[in-house]
Amino acid sequence: MTALLQAPANDIAEIEIGVSLEALLSAAARKARMHSLAAIFHAGSGHPGGALSCADLLACLYGAELNVWPEGIDDPARDRFVLSKGHAAPALYAAAAQFGFCDAKEALTLRKLGSKFQGHPHVVDLPFVETSTGSLGQGFSVAMGMAMGLKLQKYDARVYALLGDGELQEGEVWEAAMAAAHHKLDNLCVLIDYNKLQSDASNDAIMRLEPLAAKWRAFGWAVTEIDGHDIDAILSAFRNAAVTAGAPSVIIAHTVKGKGVKMMENVPAWHGSVKLTREQTEESLRELGGSIEEIKELLDV
Amino acid sequence: MSSPALIGSSGDSLREAFGKTLSSLADEFPQLVVLDADIAGGTGVHHIRKSHPAQFLQFGIAEQNMMAAAGGLAAVGLLPVVTTFAVFCLRAIEQARLSLCYARRNAKIVASHPGLDVGPDGGSAQCLEDLAAFRAIPGMTVISPADATETALATRAILEFNGPVYMRTGRSPAPAVFGEGHVFEIGKGQIIREGSDVTIIACGVEVARALAAADMLAADGIRARVVNMPTIKPIDRELIAACAHHTGAIVTAEDHNIHGGLGGAVAEALGATVPCPIEFVGVADTFGSSGEPEELAQHSQTSSSVVRQLSEERLNIGDVHECPILLAALGIEEAGEVAHGRQR
Repeated sequence: MTALLQAPANDIAEIEIGVSLEALLSAAARKARMHSLAAIFHAGSGHPGGALSCADLLACLYGAELNVWPEGIDDPARDRFVLSKGHAAPALYAAAAQFGFCDAKEALTLRKLGSKFQGHPHVVDLPFVETSTGSLGQGFSVAMGMAMGLKLQKYDARVYALLGDGELQEGEVWEAAMAAAHHKLDNLCVLIDYNKLQSDASNDAIMRLEPLAAKWRAFGWAVTEIDGHDIDAILSAFRNAAVTAGAPSVIIAHTVKGKGVKMMENVPAWHGSVKLTREQTEESLRELGGSIEEIKELLDV
Repeated sequence: MSSPALIGSSGDSLREAFGKTLSSLADEFPQLVVLDADIAGGTGVHHIRKSHPAQFLQFGIAEQNMMAAAGGLAAVGLLPVVTTFAVFCLRAIEQARLSLCYARRNAKIVASHPGLDVGPDGGSAQCLEDLAAFRAIPGMTVISPADATETALATRAILEFNGPVYMRTGRSPAPAVFGEGHVFEIGKGQIIREGSDVTIIACGVEVARALAAADMLAADGIRARVVNMPTIKPIDRELIAACAHHTGAIVTAEDHNIHGGLGGAVAEALGATVPCPIEFVGVADTFGSSGEPEELAQHSQTSSSVVRQLSEERLNIGDVHECPILLAALGIEEAGEVAHGRQR
């Protein structure tokens, strides 16, 4: 996978080996999942469930959609990505590491004193983090402001924000949704990691979100619903969003919380913040297809 | 039928001075964008809406989104100025904390309608907590100018300053304190009336009241020094310490809760430099109510006569080691055991 690690994001032509983009992104997502769990294991705390559910979305963003490269991270015309569900930071760091935005080994210092890889992303610490998040709703508003500002300055750049489903219970989300549609921010694309679970229980038990697509449509957004683990569907939704004019786009990605690890799948208790044992971590990494070498490399640091 | 007479920003209020100045600076600061939550006529930014519509952004009545979106606008190179009433800034304070201050954005918040100066709208609208709340956010500069002249100067200063700022303006017409040639510098207070018996340190509308109080005290033979302290954070510690050293007693005056605002900042500065008796003029940890600003000032003990009265009381308490109440509170019987007293 050396080619993948070194491949500039969004530049398929430069990947020489005969792997399809889908296979490549799928592999990146798998590695990001493994890295996330390893980092949470080393940290002794963190949110695995929601990191695993959004790994495919993040791999597709950094691997195929975002017009941003590690060496051009300050380019004012770059695309922006905001992880509004900041607690999925391990998945962001892991995906970014897969595409050369940070060092994968250093990212295993997650949540440690002095680490740039804080429990929630901080813009001052890491160049690829576009704003500090961790208070639900705010990242979306900041992304909305970025989209507005880029349009005002006539940049073609696009802005993406990844929101959790529980996050949609914040009133600020609907303030931002209204404003983005009112200002016709068609350079803004929201992804919803719709894994149906939040901190304590299901969305349905805590605060019903449905009919979710209808809500966004009513707010003036172009809505696409997809399987958030289907790489083809994610890429296709990005393409649709990019050609949508006059309205912002939302991709409601149906996902599985804890995706890829049996004991975590659809179990709210793994939302976090949780402590992973060495045994649980090893078993999870094996389930994700980790080789003995990969597991050793991730856990024995 | 004729149109109703709207009571918006006009005359010599601080909000009007801010709004007009902002409009006049819009060409000089091309990155400037002003954010409004459907209250432009109240905050004074209706001027820039008219003069520079492309630099005016409407967010509707949704302050949390507006505050955080300012972080996004700043992130892509613009110079956002968030405007609304002070009390609604409190509603979005967590957005100011995370998306502006923690994210180190060069964004400004300018709040009209602070304090009892709001008047008839009543207690719900009279924000008496903003100086304390915004002062507690790391990296936030907090400013409260005294009159229209100083507001105009401060408006330019905050646009030139790199970093998040919270600035109060004011709703009601305010008496002029400063003339031509007044200088405003972020982080600096200034002695605007000399005196040696007591120092009154004031900000915002209380500066004019402090000057009036000093006149009344002079009639009683008390020489009160008056300090204008428009920057609450970072507070001018050197000036405060010097005043404590020279005059011994300090009185603070602000249109704000007595907890955590200018008085709190001055007390912190003195505690760390020249401990000295302080009296706090402000709203005594309660809410406001409807009424005209001057009536409210009388009612809630922030008027010039209260500044005068507390200044006299402060003097009458005398040295700390002569004050039985303070001594009892400290559990000390022997007067001589208290190290710090007035320095006269």
